[in-house]
Amino acid sequence: MALLTVANITASYGPTQALFDVSLTVKRGGVTALLGRNGVGKSTTIKSICRMLPHASGSITFDNKPLTHLTSHQAARLGLGLVPEGRRCFNNLTVQQNLTVAERPGHWNFSKVTTLFPRLAERKNQQCATLSGGEQQMVAIGRALMTNPKLLILDEATEGLAPIVRQEIWSAIRTLKETQNLSILVVDKSLKDLSKVADQAVVLSRGATMWSGAMADLTDSVTAQYIGV
Amino acid sequence: MTLLFIEQILNGVQLGVMLFLMAAGLTLVFGVMGLINLAHGSLYMVGAFAAAAVAASTGSFLLGVVASIVAAAVAGVLIEMLVIRRLYGRDHLDQVLATFALILIFSEGTRMVFGSFPLYLQIPPALAGPITLPGGIEYPLFRLTLIVIGLIVAFALYLLITKTRLGIQIQAGEEDREMISALGIDISKLYTFVFALGAALAGLSGALVGTLQSVEVGMGEPVLITAFVVIVIGGIGSIQGALIGAILVGLTQTLGAFLLPSLSITLFGSPDTGQVLSSMLIYILMALVLLFRPQGLMGVKT
Repeated sequence: MALLTVANITASYGPTQALFDVSLTVKRGGVTALLGRNGVGKSTTIKSICRMLPHASGSITFDNKPLTHLTSHQAARLGLGLVPEGRRCFNNLTVQQNLTVAERPGHWNFSKVTTLFPRLAERKNQQCATLSGGEQQMVAIGRALMTNPKLLILDEATEGLAPIVRQEIWSAIRTLKETQNLSILVVDKSLKDLSKVADQAVVLSRGATMWSGAMADLTDSVTAQYIGV
Repeated sequence: MTLLFIEQILNGVQLGVMLFLMAAGLTLVFGVMGLINLAHGSLYMVGAFAAAAVAASTGSFLLGVVASIVAAAVAGVLIEMLVIRRLYGRDHLDQVLATFALILIFSEGTRMVFGSFPLYLQIPPALAGPITLPGGIEYPLFRLTLIVIGLIVAFALYLLITKTRLGIQIQAGEEDREMISALGIDISKLYTFVFALGAALAGLSGALVGTLQSVEVGMGEPVLITAFVVIVIGGIGSIQGALIGAILVGLTQTLGAFLLPSLSITLFGSPDTGQVLSSMLIYILMALVLLFRPQGLMGVKT
């Protein structure tokens, strides 16, 4: 049973077409990895799903509802929890304010998030601008969790972080999958780490889906051709 | 001389807090929505006229003040939903043109309803007359009341912005409106609220300042220009900056007009140089601030 189905979408930034034919699904309780080189349309696909960029054709269905005519906040309220590329924390707010600014009732609250990321409890009254990159990433993930989403969307959540911090983030993601059974759509560069959490994989190239299937079936020839190292 | 000087300082603070009521809305609207709203002065005028009309028909100054807040907020919600909402995505030139058109519509509309003659608001008897401050200074009680009201509003606004969830959402929207929407916050509702809040404060300031001066068509535009100077000095988007900027501008304008002509008589034998210089003083202040802090005193570097 699919929670999110993206079917043959196209999208453009003004006159420049970025997506030509993207399809992907995320199953309920499943983790789908969205793969591909830089600039193939991974972040654009995520922007389309979150209604930050309108798609021109194709369909996006989430939790049995079409997202096409919804605004960004309406789509989010259906249960999309976005952790965007570049983190985009509210720098002039404190950690606690960042986490509670958009909170919606549910399993996740401030104390649950600080159990997942104990460091955020220590820094709760600190301005986000003063945090390290890893801590800001924890804030961005916590902020999305506090909206109690059905689907967590992680766009490059470990980019630019020190290896030890990356492992912290990955272990949190695994915890979310294993203990909360949360559905996740994840974009990342590290195939090794992704293979430990993702069940499904979708490979994009030049704005189109080239390959999709089980993460375990992702062959070396596909990775060499479309992902590269 | 000292007593007169202290009185002028109080006048400067009084002008400053009233400017703050205007500037707070302007800086929020610009900071949160990225909108230049020239019609903010019209909302000030709407408040003043509503207060004058209601005070005249009911005989109650307090009801007049309440009417000014309500009328300006309602006018604010209406123009936000009918006109302003379409301007957020547009460039500043479109915003300036459209809100300039709103000034003309409001001014002519008000002229049609109330005529061209100024209206007058009476200071309520309980607040009329002078009060003796410690040190033997006689100061008009009404002006002192304005200072107190202004400071109370400033404090309430500070609490609203920094302590309530709505205020925190406003701050977040100011920083990254796309992100706050993607987290499920209806930004258009937030915008309407911010606009109505700014309008209500402008209306209140129109009623209070209108009581000291007169209530007439076109009263909002000179204040609007000064309020823009205030928010540029304070840093666009910052409420704290608006308060500091407003008090600075209020003091500079009042003390400049008080001191420079007499200084100019001592130096040149005529008050002309001093008078000319004093009318330029707030712009000189703005230029100096921008020279050293281009983002304004409390502004954030972008």
